[in-house]
Amino acid sequence: MRGFYSRKIHSLLGVIPLGGFFLEHMLTNFSAVEGGASGFTDSVLWLNSLPLVFFLELFGIWLPLLYHGVYGLYIAYQSKPNLNRFKLERNWRYTLQRVTGVITFIFIVWHVFETRFQVTLGNVKHEELGGLMHNIVTQPLLLTFYIIAIVAASFHFANGLWSFLISWGITVGPRSQRVSSVICLGLFVIVTVMFLVSLVTFRDSEFQTTATALQSLKTFI
Amino acid sequence: MMAETAQAPKNVKFVITRQDDPQSSSYTEEFDLPYRPGMNVISALMEIQRNPVNAKGDNTVPVCWDSNCLEEVCGACSMVINGKPRQACAALIDNLEQPVRIEPMKTFPVVRDLVIDRSRMFNALKRVKAWIPIDGTYDLGPGPRMPEKKRQWAYELSKCMTCGVCLEACPNVNAKTDFIGPAAISQVRLFNAHPTGEMNAEERLEALMDDGGIDGCGNSQNCVAACPKGIPLTTSIAEINKQTTKHMFKRWLGV
Repeated sequence: MRGFYSRKIHSLLGVIPLGGFFLEHMLTNFSAVEGGASGFTDSVLWLNSLPLVFFLELFGIWLPLLYHGVYGLYIAYQSKPNLNRFKLERNWRYTLQRVTGVITFIFIVWHVFETRFQVTLGNVKHEELGGLMHNIVTQPLLLTFYIIAIVAASFHFANGLWSFLISWGITVGPRSQRVSSVICLGLFVIVTVMFLVSLVTFRDSEFQTTATALQSLKTFI
Repeated sequence: MMAETAQAPKNVKFVITRQDDPQSSSYTEEFDLPYRPGMNVISALMEIQRNPVNAKGDNTVPVCWDSNCLEEVCGACSMVINGKPRQACAALIDNLEQPVRIEPMKTFPVVRDLVIDRSRMFNALKRVKAWIPIDGTYDLGPGPRMPEKKRQWAYELSKCMTCGVCLEACPNVNAKTDFIGPAAISQVRLFNAHPTGEMNAEERLEALMDDGGIDGCGNSQNCVAACPKGIPLTTSIAEINKQTTKHMFKRWLGV
């Protein structure tokens, strides 16, 4: 009985709230494309001005992320991929879901440490996050890592949504599962492109800052 | 006809994974057998039994296998042939790439050579109560009627022969999990669809909500592709996902 509930909760948290936060993150990043450096800073400041923001983060992001990530690693560990014997599209997605999950987990630990945790430590102010991102994505190696992580996270989100619909008994027959496959594939493409466009925008020189804190952080990274 | 008689006798090469007892490690042995028109994997194994000589010309112990109906309805002769789990009786040599590689379905405990122990599948059917209880101390009278339309799709589910191919194909049925596998989940759908079986639907759903139950499915959907009977296993799993989810909420809300 415990396995049933923990797996159901894992599946639910991946969509609500984590999927929701993922899309919110995508939109906030996209404000850098629409409004430039000031637009991005405004979005970040608005988000952090929400009432009870600490609790929104705690229950909307940190705890679900911790549960989904740790339990997800356990699910990945339990699988025994057999792509060599069954080269089927759905089996590919099954395997990629686990691979991208692990990539995303590693990325998120590092990404949170580098951005949000530095804000907590007081090394970076919210206004300086755009500059921080500029410093990161102008380094080719880190940019590559970010691109891989974006594709992985977007796939994990879109394909996870597809399997969520099955695990909760919403898409039952083969036709509905085929239609939801197409919709989720479309979602994967849209989300990936939007994140990548934002990422490239952060390379723009207008995000460059001379904040000393950032410079020291850059050498640290 | 003339061309046929002029042909030199062909040989068929087999690479068989063998194991002497449940504890010992496996090894492969090669066999060269004379081709006969229409031969299948079972008739090849029978030929080895008749003349147990391997490709090197050494005398060997005949290969053990399990088979029964020889018409793909009993599920006993399931083995991995050229990488695919399937029934040996339905595996025609003419349709197979050579050398023909034959292995036991190692998802199950290997008893000897190609003989496996599928007990876990039958235990699973007992666990989910894959039957319709109609016995009583008095005549219960006729049961409710089953709509013909429903009977038609339920019949497809009843074709399951507990052969184990879907478990062998599933990446989530392995030593690290206790996942019950697709076959038993589909049987729950079958018996929950029956108008009399429906009366005990919740018992079966609760069995699948227990440890090793339906939560073990990872949606790789290999099972439906591998099933020799074409049973819509993934539809059954999704339907049972729906039924267990509903049951979960009903229990919470006390409906």
